[in-house]
Amino acid sequence: MGDKFLGFKRENGSVGVRNLIAIIPSVFCSAKVAQRIAESVPGTVHFSHPVGCSQVGEDLEITAKTLIGIGRNPNFAGVVVVGLGCERFTPRELFEGIAPTGKMVEMVVIQDEGDSIKAIDIGTRHARKMQQAVSQERRVEADVSELMIGLNCGGSDTTSGLVANPALGIASDKLVAQGGSSILTELTELLGTEHILARRAINEQVAADILRVIRNMEERLKQQTRHSSNEKRKNLISTGNYDGGLSSVVEKSLGGMKKSGNAQFVEVFAYGDTPTKKGLLLLDGPGHDGEVTTGQAAAGAQIVCFPTGRGTPSGFPGVPVIKITGNPRTFQRMKENIDINAGAVITGEKSLQEVGEEIYQEILAVASGKLSKAEVLGHDEQFCITRMP
Amino acid sequence: MKELSDLTAGKTALVLDQKDNVAIALTDLAAGDTCTVAEDGGKKYEATVIEKIPFGHKFALTDLAANAPVYKYGEEIGKMKVAIKKGAWIHIHNMYCERGM
Repeated sequence: MGDKFLGFKRENGSVGVRNLIAIIPSVFCSAKVAQRIAESVPGTVHFSHPVGCSQVGEDLEITAKTLIGIGRNPNFAGVVVVGLGCERFTPRELFEGIAPTGKMVEMVVIQDEGDSIKAIDIGTRHARKMQQAVSQERRVEADVSELMIGLNCGGSDTTSGLVANPALGIASDKLVAQGGSSILTELTELLGTEHILARRAINEQVAADILRVIRNMEERLKQQTRHSSNEKRKNLISTGNYDGGLSSVVEKSLGGMKKSGNAQFVEVFAYGDTPTKKGLLLLDGPGHDGEVTTGQAAAGAQIVCFPTGRGTPSGFPGVPVIKITGNPRTFQRMKENIDINAGAVITGEKSLQEVGEEIYQEILAVASGKLSKAEVLGHDEQFCITRMP
Repeated sequence: MKELSDLTAGKTALVLDQKDNVAIALTDLAAGDTCTVAEDGGKKYEATVIEKIPFGHKFALTDLAANAPVYKYGEEIGKMKVAIKKGAWIHIHNMYCERGM
């Protein structure tokens, strides 16, 4: 048996680290109604997005699976689905995707209710009822093997690969060694590491999957940057990465992969899907911070660990994001936004191992109810579903 | 990597792997500055930089010819566009990477 945390046990056996009500629009047309419902009932979060209709094929399927996955995330004790009524991804499908978890789910459809004011009214009543029902639930002891964390770095600089990511890798390895799960993503920022990651695969199939998804992502990037009209838009890393001392995508990637520690990869899974195995996982998705953490939350991650060298305040609705910087200057400037100062390794105050343990303990504390700084400040800008070209 | 914690706040730079031909500045360095270079494994020596190297940026540990591979983390992160001298700043102005910049 491993370390423990205090969480909320769900009907289906999963464990939430928060006990919130999610208000999820099935289509962008119902996003404002979902937002108004959430504003009326404290303890709710809403998931505004620009999709759900006028999409086809894989693109619409990813939207559908991701929205269902968010609703199924164990951090949410109940879900109010808000539909318009004529959208391609129907509110009924969203409702039926979430319902098998056994959590409370209700649906309100604007065109059925008559207008947006009536839909807000009905949805608010559902949310009120759910919120009162969960208000008496108490945290209970749970094993860390129930935890799944998402790994994502944003605003990277040299210190990310030097200290913040390796320290997070130590914490990730400790969680995985005790039966928990940890998700690496950001394939656009893993170019040049595929031979190293494939060596860490648990079997030949997973090794082949790692090589395949990174090769496909690189091909997609080549397609997008091929035309001379896009000459100005060819950079694979950002201006802040350059300013921070990173000179190529491979240099960034070699530092980025260190978030995943030294554990073996047990599975590669597609965006919108839920992994079938526990342990270190690779989610096939691009490097946009919001698209990454959204895919991870849809896969069931209850917490995101987010190293940032340059410093970013962003957070995710209902899923705590723990910010870590390896840059001591960034920590001094952005203390109000950043939870862990891995820059203490650079200044010689702590060892990498000590900061790794500090991150691990912070994961347990946040899992047990401590609010991360992004949560306290209400940062929720990371919800963003990936699109297929 | 644990040797990082032994470093003082003085003028220092770090080499991450024995195969590497670059060091990473852990403080802002000015042209002509001599700094302590710490290798992964504990070995330390002095090196002088020939131009400004900002915190977190890289400088060459040896003279490098055009198209010479640049190694960091023991892996190739790109190649030199032009020949450079030991102690020179290596960044997007003089390095390229076929996988992308």
